Order: sequence, then C-alpha cells, then structure tokens
Amino acid sequence: MLKYALRRILGMIPMLLLISIVAFFLALAMPGDSFSGEIDPNNTDPEYIEEMREKLGYNDPIHEQYFRWVSNFVQGDFGKSTKYQIPVKDLILQRLPNTVMLGVMAMFFTYIFAFSMGIYAGRHPHTKMDHFIGGFNYFLLAIPSYIAGVFAIYFFSFQLGWVPFSGSVDIAVESGTLDYWLSRFYHALMPSLILGALGTATYTQFLRNDIIDNSQKDYVRTARAKGTADSKIYNSHILRNSIIPIVTFLGFDIVQIVNGALITEAIFTYPGLGQLFLTSVNAQDYPTLMTLFVMFSFLVLLGNLIADLLYGIVDPRIRVD
Amino acid sequence: MSKSEQSKAKAPLLEVKGLETSFSIEGKDYNAVDGVSFTVDRGKVVGIVGESGCGKSVMSLSVMQLLPKGIGKIRNGEVLFDGEEIQSFNEKQMNQIRGKDMAMIFQEPMTSLNPVFTIGYQIEEVLHNHFKLSKKEARNKSVQLLSAVGIPRAAKIVDEYPHQLSGGMRQRVMIAMAIACQPKLLIADEPTTALDVTVQAQILELLKDIQTKNDMGIVLITHDLGVVAESCDEVIVMYAGKIVEKTDVESLFTKPKHPYTKLMMGSIPRLEEDTEKLETIKGIVPSLTKMPQVGCRFANRCPKAMPECTEITPQLEENEQGHEVACLLYETSHPKEGVLG
Ligand SMILES: Nc1ncnc2c1ncn2[C@@H]1O[C@H](COP(=O)(O)OP(=O)(O)OP(=O)(O)O)[C@@H](O)[C@H]1O
Ligand SMILES: [Mg+2]
Repeated sequence: MLKYALRRILGMIPMLLLISIVAFFLALAMPGDSFSGEIDPNNTDPEYIEEMREKLGYNDPIHEQYFRWVSNFVQGDFGKSTKYQIPVKDLILQRLPNTVMLGVMAMFFTYIFAFSMGIYAGRHPHTKMDHFIGGFNYFLLAIPSYIAGVFAIYFFSFQLGWVPFSGSVDIAVESGTLDYWLSRFYHALMPSLILGALGTATYTQFLRNDIIDNSQKDYVRTARAKGTADSKIYNSHILRNSIIPIVTFLGFDIVQIVNGALITEAIFTYPGLGQLFLTSVNAQDYPTLMTLFVMFSFLVLLGNLIADLLYGIVDPRIRVD
Repeated sequence: MSKSEQSKAKAPLLEVKGLETSFSIEGKDYNAVDGVSFTVDRGKVVGIVGESGCGKSVMSLSVMQLLPKGIGKIRNGEVLFDGEEIQSFNEKQMNQIRGKDMAMIFQEPMTSLNPVFTIGYQIEEVLHNHFKLSKKEARNKSVQLLSAVGIPRAAKIVDEYPHQLSGGMRQRVMIAMAIACQPKLLIADEPTTALDVTVQAQILELLKDIQTKNDMGIVLITHDLGVVAESCDEVIVMYAGKIVEKTDVESLFTKPKHPYTKLMMGSIPRLEEDTEKLETIKGIVPSLTKMPQVGCRFANRCPKAMPECTEITPQLEENEQGHEVACLLYETSHPKEGVLG
C-alpha cells in the first residue's frame, strides 16, 4: 500500500511539470502584465518601466523565466502578489483555511444528505417518498448555485436574519478563542449548505440505483437464506458494496468543490481561494494566478490519488501492492 | 411431550401440497411451478431431476421463501415444515428458521458470496444469527466447518475473500454455511456441478455423513442421474413445472415409466439419431409464456405421443405401489369421471 502510494506520488511529477508549463504559458498568453493597470503609463517614464522590466527579468528568454519560476516555486517562493504587495504564500495561507473549511463542511453536508436520501430511496424504491426524493434531487441539480445563493442570502440573511451574508468571521472576536471558531463556523454555514446541497443529487440517485441493483444480487439471497434480518442486509451487506463506487467519486468531488467555491465564495463574499482567484484574474495578478492554478490542479491529482487508495481499502478485490 | 409436539414429530419433515409459483412477466402471472406436491421425511434424500428450466430452483426457492421480491410469488398451495404451515410466515418468522432449521446450497457458487466480506465473516454470520456465541467460538467453529467440507488450510482461508477462491472452493464454503447450524432440512441445488468428479464424490459422501448423524432430510437437485442412483432414496422427475414421475430410486432405474424419464436415461434408442447423442432429448422446455395449458406439456417432444396427449391433461397418480406417473400411456393418469383438461 505504502509502496503503491509512493509510486503514485512519483508518477504525479510529470503531470505537475506539464501543469506548470501550462500555467506559465497561460500567464504569458494573457493580455498585459503586472504593470498594466498598476502603473499609470501617462505619468511614468517609459524608460523607468523598461528598467523595471529588465530588473524583474521580464525581458529574459522565456525558458530562463520559466526555470526561474519553477525553481523558486518548488522552494516555496511563489513570488509576490502584484495586487496585494505581499508574498503569494502569505496571501494563500490567509485564505486557505477558509476554503478548506467551506469545502469540508460542504462535503459533509453532501454526504449526510446523499446517504440519508439515497439509502432510504434505495430500500423503498418506487414508493411516493422515493419519487419525492428523486424529484427534489432533480430540482437541486437544475438550479445554478448563484441563483440558490442569491435566494438564500435574501431569505435567510436579509429576511430572517439567521446567518451572515458575507465574510468569514466577525471582526470583533479575538482570534483563537472558541467564539472565534464558532463565528467562522457560523459564517461558513450557509455557503457550505448551498454548495453541499447542490452536489447532493448525483450521489443520491447513484446510491439509490446501486442499492437497488445490489438488492437483486445472489449474495443478498444467500444472506436471507441464513436468516439475516433485512435491515442488516441493507445496512451492512448492500451498503458496503454500494460505497465502493461512491468512493471513486471523491477525486471528482474535490474538483467540484473547487469549482463550486469559485462561484459560492464570490456570491457570499467569502474570503477563500475561489474569491482570491477571481480578484486575481481581474487584477491580472499573475504570480497569484499561476500559484492558484498549480494548486488547484494539484488538488485534483491528489483527490484522484486519495480515491484510488480508498478504493483499494474498501474493495478487497482490488489490492494495490 | 405435549400433544402438538407429538403430532409434529409424526408429521413429515417437509410437505409440499399443490404448490404453484408464478412470475410476473409484462404484467401477467405465469406459473413456473404448477401444482407440485411431495414430502420429504427425516433422514431421507429426495432427488429432483429434470432438464434446465423445468422449475427445480424455483420450487426450492418457494419452499425457502426466497423468491425475488415483487416478481415471483407463491400463488397457491401449502408448505408444511415440521408440521407447521410456513407459507403464511412473515419475514421475521422465516428468518428464525432459515439458516437454522432449513438451509439451502445455491446453484451459483460464483456469485452467491458477498464479495466484500471474508469467508469467515460470512460463515460466522449464520452462527451469530441463531446462536449466542462469542467471536472466538464462532471463528473456531467456522474453521472446523471449512475443514469438514474438505478445504485445506482452513485457518488461513477464513480470512480470505471470495474472489481469492476457485468455484469449487466457493461451493464448499456455501456447503459449510448451509450445514453450520445442523439444519433439519437441506436443499442442495446442484451442489456438485462446479466440482470435479473426485471432489463431487467427497462432497456427496460428506453430505450423507452429516445426514445420517443428524437425521437430516435432503432435497438434492441434480442433472446427474449417476448422482441420483448413488445417493437418493426417492426421486422426483420434473418437466415444465410439473412432476411427471415420482418413485423410489430402485424402481426408477429398473422400470422407469414416463417416456421423458426413459429418454433421460437414454433407455429408448432411436434409429434416426447417432448413438452418441442417446441421452439428449430433441427440443427444449417451453418458456413460461408459451406453456401449453391443456394436455401433456411434453407431448410435442414425446416419441410416444398420441393425438389425445394435447387434449387431455395427464394426472399424477399411483400406477404401481409407490410409483406415481403422469402419462396417458397409463390408465391411472386419465382423469376420472371423464373430466377433460
Ligand atoms: N426471476 C425470474 N423471472 C422470470 N422467470 C423466471 C425467473 N426465475 C426463473 N424463471 C423461469 O422459471 C422457469 C423455471 O426456472 P428454474 O430456474 O427453476 O429452472 P431449473 O429447473 O432450476 O433449471 P436449471 O437446471 O437450469 O437450474 C424457467 O422457465 C425460468 O425462465
Ligand atoms: Mg436451477
């Protein structure tokens, strides 16, 4: 297992290299550079700009620029944000915990919703409740997150005043206290609920169908022949089999969360990486953009790796060694 | 002993009366088992033979109440187990006797085990379902059972998963599971088809062993008349959901009556066929939706068919002492009082 994991991690290196090249050239290909928008070209001496370009290495051959960027990158130096004027590393470290919290909570909600609905519907197929769950899920699947987000803000924040509509924490609370963590949880609650609920549909219907499939398998008949109670057959024999395909979704899930975070964070003005990404695009903050791009791609690779490893754990037929 | 217990002890172990099991196909119900009656006594082996698709498995699943939910159902008839009418039992009551008093070995060893649980877990489950046992006791018992069915390295196999085992091994695991609680009745649906000949003999030997020790009744379903001759006391020959002949093993082999039985035994040589294909019968069992409702269901394949065979339904009646047959060649099978159909 460990060997397999190591091998897989090493196998990720070429992918990462490719990603870094794409990130680099994407940044090059985008219009303007970090100076555009930051420096007023009418009031600045063009010779000074040229001098700065030379100094910052913008005029070096492309491959030299690339290698400089990569070698700095692997040493943990992601450059300096041209918009915020602080190291990208610090910027990301500020935002990362918020996005992780949002993502983990969203995933948690997805699993809670999907498992409770999927297991119920799978065990009682073609009943009224099953149809209701199916309908509800198609509804969730159909609404775009920005519409759900706007509605949620309108009802729960403005009308009912239950939850805050922006930010990630109260300014008044002191960092590190219990109140501080509660406040953060409170701020992440609505965005993560929305993000989680919108990701539920595919899981629920998949789980439902897989449970129905499995309930017709021969091994279920064997369990019944042994006098095993129906509830145990569903909750242990069948569920244990139906979890296997769900686990492989995990990699895909991380992508979803990153995608979802982009939009959700923007709507809730939640200061996470998704929001940072959008502001960086607007500000043409290339050092930040490139770092985020590499990070998101890395997360996707990592998600797939985790899914593969979990697959080996939950399915005895796949033993990785 | 109370009165009811006395009558229980006297009643046959399994009594099936007029069993009709139907499957719903495109909204209509079709009988896969059509009015089957037989009994199994304690300590006896009853063989059920017949071609593929004649309803042997459906009949056993009906007895165990393991028909696929929503598709198959018992339409008519009674199943008495140990003197008790069990066809009206609910799921919970059935769960108390399934695995403990009546057990079944399924025809499909490759798919009948849960792929994600260890062999040990799956055997221990049936023990835990019916007895209060510690984990360790159950584990020891399952190792014992595995050795008893001839699995080498049983102590290691308990921790393995089904996919690590061959078909024959899995079949033995199924057998170990079925005999774990020493049931009174064992239904074995082709228990030896996945095994090679020497192993087949071992398994049959083993089943007989347990049977004599526990006075267990066995329903042995097989294609193999050799197995029947070897291990059965009584034989039921089924065709297209009905019993066509029922007798003790000796008279079946010495004087088979139904043309179908004779054909199966290859005792009717037919000139137009080469001698190698002696045992094969031309044609196939009709599908459920195409089953003739009047007349003998075998008529269209029967070398001895007469015109009335498609008009009069033969009755399964005793033709000789203890030898029942349903064929119009025998006077006893003609309906009484001239009732047709
Ligand atoms: N789940 C089902 N749905 C519909 N029809 C079924 C189902 N299971 C069995 N049948 C039908 O019932 C009839 C009897 O099938 P059964 O499996 O009992 O045959 P069998 O005698 O056990 O054959 P084999 O020797 O191949 O095991 C067949 O016509 C079959 O097509
Ligand atoms: Mg069968």
